[in-house]
Amino acid sequence: MNHLAKLMRRSETAVFLIVLAIMIVIGLINPAFWQADNLFNLLRANVIIGIMALSVLIVMVSGGIDVSFPAFAAAAMYLTVLAMNAYGHEGVLLPFIGATLIGLLCGLANAFFIHTFRMIPLIVTLGSASVVRGLLLGLVGTSIVNIDRMPPALIAFGRSSLEIGGAKLSVMVFVYLGLAVLVWLLLTRTMTGRSIFAYGDDAESAKRVGFNTRRTVYVAYGLAGALAGFAGLLHASMIWLANPRDFVGYELDVIAAVVLGGASIFGGRGSVLGTLLGVFLLVLIKNSLIIMRIDNTWQGVVIGCVIVVATALTAWRDRKTLA
Amino acid sequence: MAEPLIELRGVTKRFPGMKALDGVDFRIEPAEILCLAGENGSGKSTLIKIVSGVYDFDEGTLLIDGVPVSGFSPRAAIAAGIQVIYQDFSLFPSLTVAENLAMGRLLSEGRRFIAPAECRRLGAEALARLDVTIDLDARVGELSTADRQIVAIARALMSETRLLIMDEPTTALTGREVDRLFALVREIQAKGIAVLFVSHKMREMLEISDRICVFRNGRKVEEGPTADFTEARITRAMTGQDLGHERYVWTGDAAAEPRLRVEGLSVGDAVRDVSLELRAGEIVGLSGLLGSGRTELALALFGMEPDHRGAIFLDGRALALTSVPEAVEAGIAYVPEDRLSEGLFMSQSIARNVVASAIDRATRGPFLSDEAVTTLAERTVDDMRIATTDVDKQVGKLSGGNQQRVIIGRWLLTGPRVLILNGPTVGVDVGSKAEIHRRIRDLAVTDGLAVLMISDDVPELLHNCNRILLMHRGAIVDDLDPRGLEEDDIHTRLKTLR
Repeated sequence: MNHLAKLMRRSETAVFLIVLAIMIVIGLINPAFWQADNLFNLLRANVIIGIMALSVLIVMVSGGIDVSFPAFAAAAMYLTVLAMNAYGHEGVLLPFIGATLIGLLCGLANAFFIHTFRMIPLIVTLGSASVVRGLLLGLVGTSIVNIDRMPPALIAFGRSSLEIGGAKLSVMVFVYLGLAVLVWLLLTRTMTGRSIFAYGDDAESAKRVGFNTRRTVYVAYGLAGALAGFAGLLHASMIWLANPRDFVGYELDVIAAVVLGGASIFGGRGSVLGTLLGVFLLVLIKNSLIIMRIDNTWQGVVIGCVIVVATALTAWRDRKTLA
Repeated sequence: MAEPLIELRGVTKRFPGMKALDGVDFRIEPAEILCLAGENGSGKSTLIKIVSGVYDFDEGTLLIDGVPVSGFSPRAAIAAGIQVIYQDFSLFPSLTVAENLAMGRLLSEGRRFIAPAECRRLGAEALARLDVTIDLDARVGELSTADRQIVAIARALMSETRLLIMDEPTTALTGREVDRLFALVREIQAKGIAVLFVSHKMREMLEISDRICVFRNGRKVEEGPTADFTEARITRAMTGQDLGHERYVWTGDAAAEPRLRVEGLSVGDAVRDVSLELRAGEIVGLSGLLGSGRTELALALFGMEPDHRGAIFLDGRALALTSVPEAVEAGIAYVPEDRLSEGLFMSQSIARNVVASAIDRATRGPFLSDEAVTTLAERTVDDMRIATTDVDKQVGKLSGGNQQRVIIGRWLLTGPRVLILNGPTVGVDVGSKAEIHRRIRDLAVTDGLAVLMISDDVPELLHNCNRILLMHRGAIVDDLDPRGLEEDDIHTRLKTLR
């Protein structure tokens, strides 16, 4: 009984129930929804937003916010694809390591400014996003690498799938879930992960207890950047296209997903499971809007409302627990 | 005789422009409970920071177990078994109780990974040592203040602690919780651990400590066994003067139309069918345990509980109080419990804070007049004797007592007819407290202001009120005449309400 009550209080449970309800409703309207093909496609659509959401989750738990990840993802993706073409590289391991490292460096730059000058994360990441995008387009190029010029190895990797019950499930879904497990282990089972929570709760106290808070900030933003870089290249390999102007507007979707999953924008609160559910809910909403032929512009309205409502609910919950 | 645990000899600490400590001799014996008394700025905090290694000092010696120590640092203090519990507890609300307890140990062992089972084991050990039970898997953010404090204490005692420093540990606690804390402190003492206790509340100092040490202006002015002290003696030592203790006497007309009349006021379940009358010049005390509904009652009178039922009359005129502006317009002022979060704009100047509630008095045409603001602010600073020469100074830089005067002064500018004070001197030192009391009494006598004073501080109520109301479970259960009552009478009465 007590366990059940505890379970019901968790925001993950609420999100899960909402997801379930929406799925049942859509299934009633269109039974084709429950076909494996459709469900697997839905999962595939979770991958990129999901990995980026993990990146944002880490930063949000630390009490910060990151709006630079789309720019970092675009830079990591575009630079890596250009480099692969320039050297005729045929593997994928090295390119993914490269993209991750590019993201990592960008993230560490964020951490440097945020920690050294005690700057507000929103301002720093807005700035770094703008700088990275500007440099990418100004110095590197603006032309899209189309499918005919994409490295074949990358395309092949992005296409790899498993056949389950006659439908194809993208292997990328497992890559995403694998990363989610790693981030979960990091956040809950390592001192570094717990230090991110502690730092998000109260940076001063974290210092007093003996955490190396400088390291915490660098780990949080560095990791966030690395995940973004990785997600960037993975995206290119999944859509067979590398566009340096890609990922514009992803900030909103991803942050919405993380907030939906119960993370607090004030730090200290958030879970990997919640984030996975939040991402799934967001993708589900967007997909159903497409199925219902609702115009693209209106999708923005819906997502915006979802963010405001979800944040209002968490704020209301936090106020209730305080009182 | 054994060496003192910690001893300071002739310690002086200078800050630019002042001596925070001036040639202080100070010692803490093993396993004693020592109370540190002093007003804000008397050097108490500096002393704590020196003993815990946060501050270096300019002259003198620090000895631990009789051995002089140089280059004392926070790390060295912890190694010597000195632990500080700060007022904010330094806990992590989103981590579990077990994690909060285990974190320090795991960190000092340089761990990289954290296993929930091990956390729980360490946490359970820590709580068992204090013989308390708290859900180890609960997040600290979900605990009550008292439980949080216990977690903080348990955490501090996890290492080989010999001295526990507690900075104003009772400020946020209810009476029963204070009793529980004191029982805990005595148990800690029984384990051979010394406790250095800082409090503003005389009664608590006298109750818990073995020895009292009073500081004033960076010097130790008195020191001795607690048995030798009385409240009056501590006050005299802290302020350097005798503070008047004559009680407030109301000489108004009991038959006159009440300034404020409340009939059958109910707010949800918190306040049930409360009726009361306040006459001009009366200072009426309102006490009761936390959760008795006293704050809700005050908020309803200030228009912050629009869903209340019942009637409120001001000078015989019925008021419909559904918003704060209506209450202010009617002449009701409310000084909240928590001036930090509810009352003051900490990063703004004194002047701006002062005029915040009376903006229309500082305008020229549609614009705010800087000149008028300054004039009003200077008058308030003068009137309330706020210790500053500069009305542009940030309010956050004032002491607690002066901040409280800014709030009260601000409300006086609105020309209130009823003043509701919620915990008017919480966290305020004795000198400031006397000043605030004097001012409130003046207002009641000369301006005929009706004052409702909500407080847990029984001496404060007895000293300043001509009537004291006790609330319990939303109802007023007592209307006491303080004449002939002693502190203990009220404490006893409050205890029977539990």
